[in-house]
Parts: sequence; structure tokens; C-alpha cells
Amino acid sequence: MIIEALIAFTFVSAMAVLLAPDEWAGRLAFALSLVPFLGSLFLWARFDGSGNALTGGELAFETQIDWIDVGGYTIQWFVGLDGISLPLVVLTAFLVPLAIVSAWTPIDERQSQFYGLILFMEANLIGVFAALDFFAWFVFWEAVLLPMYFLIGVWGGPRRKYAAIKFFVYTNAASLVMFLGFMALVFSLPVETFGLPEVTQSIAAGELGSFYGIPAETIGLVSFVAMFAGFAVKVPMVPVHTWLPDAHVEAPTPASVLLAGVLLKMGTYALLRFNFTMLPEQASALAVPIAALAVISVIYGAMLALAQQDLKRIVAYSSVSSMGYVILGLIAFTVYGVGGATFQMVAHGLISGLMFMAVGVIYNATHTRMVTDMSGLADRMPVAVWILVAGAFAYMGLPLMAGFAGEFYVFVGSFGSPVANGLMPVFTALAMFGIVIVAGYLLFAMQRTLFGPFRLDTDYELGRAPRRETLPLAALLVAIIVLGIAPDLFFEMIREAVVPVVEGGVN
Amino acid sequence: MSIIQSSTLEPLAALPAQTGGAPLPEWTALGPILALVATGLLLLGWDTVFPNRRTNTELSVIAAVGALVTLALSGWYLAAGTGRPATGGAITLFAEAITIDGLALFFTAIVAVVTALVAVASRDYLDDHETPGEFYSLVVLAAAGMALLASASSLATIFVALEMVSLPSYALVAYLKEDRGSVEAGMKYFLVGAVSSAIFVFGISLVYAATGSLVLSDVAAAFGDLDDLAGVAGVGVVMMIGGFAFKTASVPVHFWAPEVYEGAPAPVSAFLSSASKAAGFAVAFRVFTEAFPIADAVAVGIDWPLVFAVLAVLTMTLGNFAAAVQTEVKRMLAYSSIGHAGYALIGLAALSAGGSHNGAVMGASMAHLFVYGFMNTGAFLFIAMVESWGVGRTFEDYAGLGSVAPMASVAMTVFMFSLAGLPPFGGFFSKYFLFAGAVFNGFWWLAAIGALNSVLSLYYYSRVVKALWIEEPTDALSAVDSRPTALYGAVIVAAVATVVVLPGFGPVIETAEAAATALFG
Repeated sequence: MIIEALIAFTFVSAMAVLLAPDEWAGRLAFALSLVPFLGSLFLWARFDGSGNALTGGELAFETQIDWIDVGGYTIQWFVGLDGISLPLVVLTAFLVPLAIVSAWTPIDERQSQFYGLILFMEANLIGVFAALDFFAWFVFWEAVLLPMYFLIGVWGGPRRKYAAIKFFVYTNAASLVMFLGFMALVFSLPVETFGLPEVTQSIAAGELGSFYGIPAETIGLVSFVAMFAGFAVKVPMVPVHTWLPDAHVEAPTPASVLLAGVLLKMGTYALLRFNFTMLPEQASALAVPIAALAVISVIYGAMLALAQQDLKRIVAYSSVSSMGYVILGLIAFTVYGVGGATFQMVAHGLISGLMFMAVGVIYNATHTRMVTDMSGLADRMPVAVWILVAGAFAYMGLPLMAGFAGEFYVFVGSFGSPVANGLMPVFTALAMFGIVIVAGYLLFAMQRTLFGPFRLDTDYELGRAPRRETLPLAALLVAIIVLGIAPDLFFEMIREAVVPVVEGGVN
Repeated sequence: MSIIQSSTLEPLAALPAQTGGAPLPEWTALGPILALVATGLLLLGWDTVFPNRRTNTELSVIAAVGALVTLALSGWYLAAGTGRPATGGAITLFAEAITIDGLALFFTAIVAVVTALVAVASRDYLDDHETPGEFYSLVVLAAAGMALLASASSLATIFVALEMVSLPSYALVAYLKEDRGSVEAGMKYFLVGAVSSAIFVFGISLVYAATGSLVLSDVAAAFGDLDDLAGVAGVGVVMMIGGFAFKTASVPVHFWAPEVYEGAPAPVSAFLSSASKAAGFAVAFRVFTEAFPIADAVAVGIDWPLVFAVLAVLTMTLGNFAAAVQTEVKRMLAYSSIGHAGYALIGLAALSAGGSHNGAVMGASMAHLFVYGFMNTGAFLFIAMVESWGVGRTFEDYAGLGSVAPMASVAMTVFMFSLAGLPPFGGFFSKYFLFAGAVFNGFWWLAAIGALNSVLSLYYYSRVVKALWIEEPTDALSAVDSRPTALYGAVIVAAVATVVVLPGFGPVIETAEAAATALFG
């Protein structure tokens, strides 16, 4: 019942903040958001699950009760955590308070609504990672979109209307495709619930039948492709990534932090749960195109980042690139590949959160994000700048930081992967060039904006960033370094949860 | 012929037992309908007894309480299993003129919900009117007609009940006597309605000619051997479909809906587009499943599920495409209401003789109408609120309303997303079960067209949301100077219900499916 309590508390908090006066809505939201964070730490401390939630592993904090029982199917309220979902719940609960603090400076109108939406989104994000019944999961999944649509549309930049609509249309269309794919799959199985474990185990037992006269193999393949396409939009992968830069650039800083930090991970998490755990055969059969798309995402995303002048756009495109590594790790079907991809989800959540927040701090001070408008900021706001530099190095994969651990696991796992007709070493080698480009654009951008003689083309007095803006950055940096030094904090439980996935995949 | 057919000595397990005593007498099955009739008469009487005082609030409270009593009674009977096969089957009264079963009670509950919401909301809407008495009594009496319509099981009762709904509705639409639009809408509604009634009653007479009975079960019995009268019966069935199409605002008799909903007072639009539509579906469900058994009808070439399939596709597609190009919110909602009639028609279209999921499909359609009762009523009541502020009718006029009326705008957002079928709102589950039921019954193409339309509908529903929250406020919003408490209350209640029905969808769909399955017994 702890998960339910956390979700319910966060919903109630959202309501309370929504009704609170603007003056202290931000402070109240921060205080209330500490409760889910402490709760997630409690979950972590008491975590006693083992194995993978979908393949019959032992769940932690499980609840399973019937919700709707009609038409031969039972929809359940089914939540529980395993080694894959717990780290993501902790990540969510950790990022939200920091995102709230980062909103204190830039958000100055309709504040109670803003913070209420953030908490509403947090409740649904926890639900997405905890739910193990398809309908419970899907309701949370879709309910995450609504607050983000408003966060971008109401508090966004000049092109917010366009960006919000684009985000909404892309992700909803993707949800529909994915929904249909999953339904086709379930209707072809002799299951009586929409429980993800039951569906997974039924497919593993070879029970996929035909539906409407369509043979089982076709259903399996079509479902895989439909779900993959749906989730790929969320990740996002090239060529369905075009909503992301618009959404990021227009979104206010805290929304960007959560969008890059957690919302993108919903896509990779769902890919791991649905596509790679449920349909490993289809995944292995399609390994070459998927790995190729992953590599293209890595390289193309990084090249796009290289060409940008807007700091936020640079970080946004680099997310496309980083998510490519996650896909590469997932398709590898090795313990280090899949485990590393899961670890990279957390690592990238922290690092991209840090980067967006740092860009936000710079923007608060300079009111510009254009690389060409500024130079030599390191002199004037040293703390924020040095944390940004540290974050950039984490992005580039500096050892002893979380990004290194994640990417290293992924490369180790994908290099030795047996899938894709032995082509994985080639794909891995190509993807590694991404690191070079990442280093290139980040160093280049930093060199021009942070170092050299001071110059600022806007009319703002530049001073040190206030402590309330730098403290969240510092907290993120500490987390990145801790996870970099001791990746086993999460990797141990992740490894245990991905072993069954990997064993299902290679056959 | 005794008025009440079966002996009162039989144990009537179908009715809820009095605490610790014998079961209630059989006539109490009419309780929900009687409650509405009594309320309607009380309203008329109240207005007559106190002619010289401002009775608006009292009347609104009486009407709402009456509707809630009806809701409580029908909910109680539904929970007790009245009219279910398991508890002795449907209760028939007055020589089978009236049947009380799960379907009747379910739709009575929908009508009661909408009536209660409309009655509460009308308090503020009619605040400036001198004599609101007849408004409330017309609403409640029309609701009584709708409840009767849902329970009628003879073609004669059905026609009487249909007129009992229609006549008050004409008057309600034209209620704003000083307003040209309202009067014009009333006139249009009356003309189309009169023609439709004529066609409908002609259809009844042809069916009667072919089968020799007006009672649905006898019509069904005669349907097995129509011989060369099949043609007559067929024409009759088609003409009756025309009558239902009018009541439910479906193609081909849908064209009155945008004009009428736009011109009528907004609470009346809410009432007609939710309750009246639901009642039309109730009687269509009953007539077609009970009087024209699919196997027999198809055998003689009267393939009415196919007709409904064509109408469903046309109705939802036309409603959606027309809604997408509207510039006025109320008119958009009117077309969206046509679109939703198309979805609900799947409940009749996706049926097949001996289909394994007939009950599931029709039950899902009923559940959709239940959820629709909240979300559509709420949306029209929001329009009523905007009208009472005098803000204007177009999407542009709604710009920035979220900043001056946040609570109501949140509610409207909930209605819009729920109508589009997005989680986490009730409309998601009701559409899902409807489409899934169609898929399981072999009508995947109907489900596919429905799903496509549903996606398209997100475009125009989200336009409202965008106007409310994302567009910059305009000067017109200075007109928002009042807080109509009752109207606010009704809108908020509808919104809360639209959200709560998602976690609480189990009882709704299970009751609806049990009621629908019983019809296919």
C-alpha cells in the first residue's frame, strides 16, 4: 500500500497547491514534494523484490485487486516494483523537488496552477513506473501528457502554442498506435487479464494464437512494430524526434528538466517492458534495423546538436543522441547491454536535468540562450558555470560520473552481443563516434559562452546566481558523482531484473 | 383484463424486500417514473399556490430533489437486481405495456442524473425570469416521459411516451420568448419533430399490419412467419428507424440538432442532447432486440443491424467533420453530440444473430451514454454559464477564460478530454469497451472507423482547451463579473463524476452489460 499512499499523497498535494495562493504555492509545492522523495527513499531501503516483474519475479510493495470485470477480461489495479522500476521512481521523486525549486525564479504568473500541474504529473509518473496492469499503466501514461501540454502551452516561450500542440499531437498519435498494437496482442492470447506479467508469460509459453484469421506470427510482428513506433516517438528516436527540440526550447526550465529527465524515460522504460521483455523473438528478428536506428539517432542527434546556436536546443538534441545509446543497449540483449541501458536512463535523467537547469540559470541571469550573445560568463557566475562544466563532462562520459558508467555498460554489452547476425560490434563502434561529437559540441559551446573575455549582448546586469538556483544544481551533481563512483547502488538490482529478459531474448 | 397482470400473491423476489418484511408490491417497480411524475405535478402546483413570490430557487430545489429521488430509487432497484433474469426476470405491467428491467432502470438513472444537473443549473440561468414554474415542470415531465420511454414495451406506449417527451421539449426550446433564435429553434424542432412522429407512427402501423400486434413480444413471435408481409414489415421497420434517428439526432434526421441546440437555452440543449438522446437509444435498443429478433429479421431480408451500421458510420463521420469546422463552441458541441450518437449506434450496429458479444456491445453503448450524460451535460452547462456572463459564442471569445474562471475551466477541460476519449477520464473506458465489444463481435471495421473519428475529434475538443488556457485573455472577459453558484455547482459535480467514473467504471459497465445481455436472453 506504500505506492498507493505515495501516489494518493501526491495527488492530494497537487490539489492543495492548486488551491493555494500564488505567493507561497512554490514553497508549499517544494515542501510537499519532499514527502514522495522521502517515500521513494523508504521504498529503496525496504526494497525486497527480486527478478523481473514481468517474468514472474518477486515484486516489492505489490498490490493486486480486481478493478473492472467484464466481457471475459479483468482489469486490475496492479502495482509493484522491481529492479527496473524502482530506480526510475527514485529518479522521478528526486528530480521533482529540484525542478520545483528551479521554477521559483522564472515562473511569476499563475504559480499555483504551475506547481499543481507539476505535482499532478509526478503522481502519474510514479504510477507509470509502478503499474503492472495495462489499463492502470495506460491511464497514468496518458495522464502525464496533459500537464506537460499545459506546462508548455501556458508558461512556454514565444512559440509555445505551436510546440504544445505538436507535442500533444505527436505523443497522442503515438499512444494510439501503441494501444492498438498491444490490444491486438492481448486479444490473440488466451489470457483473462491485462496484467503485464500474465501477458508476458503467456507469450513466453508460446500461446500467441490467431485473431480474425491473422496468423500468430503476423500478429506478433505487427504488435511489436506498432508498439515500437509508439514508444519511439516518446524516446524519441530519429525520424520521429522532431517534436522534442520545439517542446524543449519553448518549455519553461522546470518542465524541460522533467521532460528530459523523466518523460523520455517513459519511452525507453516502456520499450524495455513491452517490446523487449514481451516479444524478445520479434526484437531479435528486427535487431538490425533497430540497432541501425539507434546508431542513426546517436550520430544524427549529435550532428544536429553541433549545428545549434541555442544552448537549450543543443541539450535537447543531445538527448536524442543519448537515448540512442539506451536503445542500442536494449537491443543487445546482454546483461550489460540491457542493464546498462536501464542505468543510463537514470544517469541521463540526472545529467540532462542538470544541463537544462544550468542553462535555465544562465538564462535567468542573461535572458538569452544564444551562444553568440555571450562569452566569458565563468568570471561573473563561477559556481553555476563550474557545475555546468562538470555536468557537461558527465555528459561526455567522464569516468567516476554516472554517464560514464551507463555508457560503458552499454558499450560492453552491445559489443559482445550475439544479436543482429554478429553486426553489433560494428554498430557499437559507429555509435562510439557519438561520444566524440558530444565532446565536440559541448566543449565548443562552453568555450564560446563560458570562457574568454566577458561579453553579453543583452541589457542585464550579470551577477552571481542566487543560492536557491545553484543548490539544486549541486544536488544533482552530487547524485551524478555518487552514482558514478558506486553504480552498484542501482546496478545490482537492475542486473537482477534484466537477467530474465536477456535469457528470454537469445535463443 | 386486470390492470396489474400477475397475481400479487407470488413471491416477488425481483423487487427489493422491505426491511425484515415481505417484498414490495409489484407496482412499486414504477417508483422511479412515478417520482418524476409526482415532482412535475408538485412543481406545477407550487407555482399555482404561490403565484406572487419568487419561487425560482424553491422550484429548482424541488425539481432536483425529485430527480435525485428517482436516481436513488432506480439505483436501489438496479443494485437489488430488480428485473434481472436471476431474480425472476423483467416485471411487466399493464398487459405488457410497460416492462421494468435492467435497461429501463439504467436509462431512468441516466435521465435522472441529467435532469438533476439541469434543474440545479437552471436556477441561475432563469434568475431574471418572472415565471420559471413551467420551465421546471416541463423539464421534469419530459424526464418522466423519457423514463417511460425506456420502460415502454408496446408500440402504443412507446408512441405516447415519445410524444410525452417531444411536446415539452418543443416548448422548452422556444422558452426564451423574447429571443428570436430560441423561437426559431423551437419552430424548427417542432416541424421536424412532427414529420418524424408522423413517419414513426406510420411505421408502427405497418408493423402492426404485418404482425397483428403492438406488444413487442407478440411482434417478435409473429416475425418468424411473415410470409409475403415481410415487405410491409420491412418498410415499417425502416420508417421506425427514421423516428429513432430523430430522437437520437442521428443521420438522416440529424439536421435539426445544430440549429436547435444552438438556439435553445443552454440548459435545455444539455437536457435534450444528453437525456433525450439516451431515452431515444433506450427505446431503440428495446424495440429492435425484443420485437425484431435479428435471426428472424435477417432471414426475411430485414437486415436492420446493417442499416444501423451504415447510419452509425455516416453519423459519427458527419458529426465529427462538421464539428471540426465550426466557429462557435455551442454549435461544435451540437455536432459532437451527433458524432456521439454515431458511437452509441455501434451498440445496435455491431450485433449479429447469435453473436457471442451482443450483450457486451450494447452494454458498452449504454455505459457510454451514461458517461456521456455527465460530460455532455456538463459541457453544455459550461456554455450556459458563459452565456449568462454574456461573453460571446466563438472559440475566440473563450480565449483566456481559464484565467478568470479557473474552476469552471478545469471542469470544461475535463469534459472536452473525456468526450475525446482520453484517459484519465470516464469517456476513455466507455469508448474502449464499445470498440472492443465491436471487435469481438466481428465488426472490427466499425471499431476502426469509430477510433479514427475519435482521434479526429481530439482536434476540435482541444481547440476549446487551447482557447481556455493557452490563448491570451481578451477584453470581453471583463463581462465575467458574477459567480452563479448553482451553475458552478452543477458543472463541478458533473466534472467530478466524469473523473470518478473512471476508477468506478466497474459497477457501471457490469450493470449495463447485465441489462443488455438479458435482452438477448
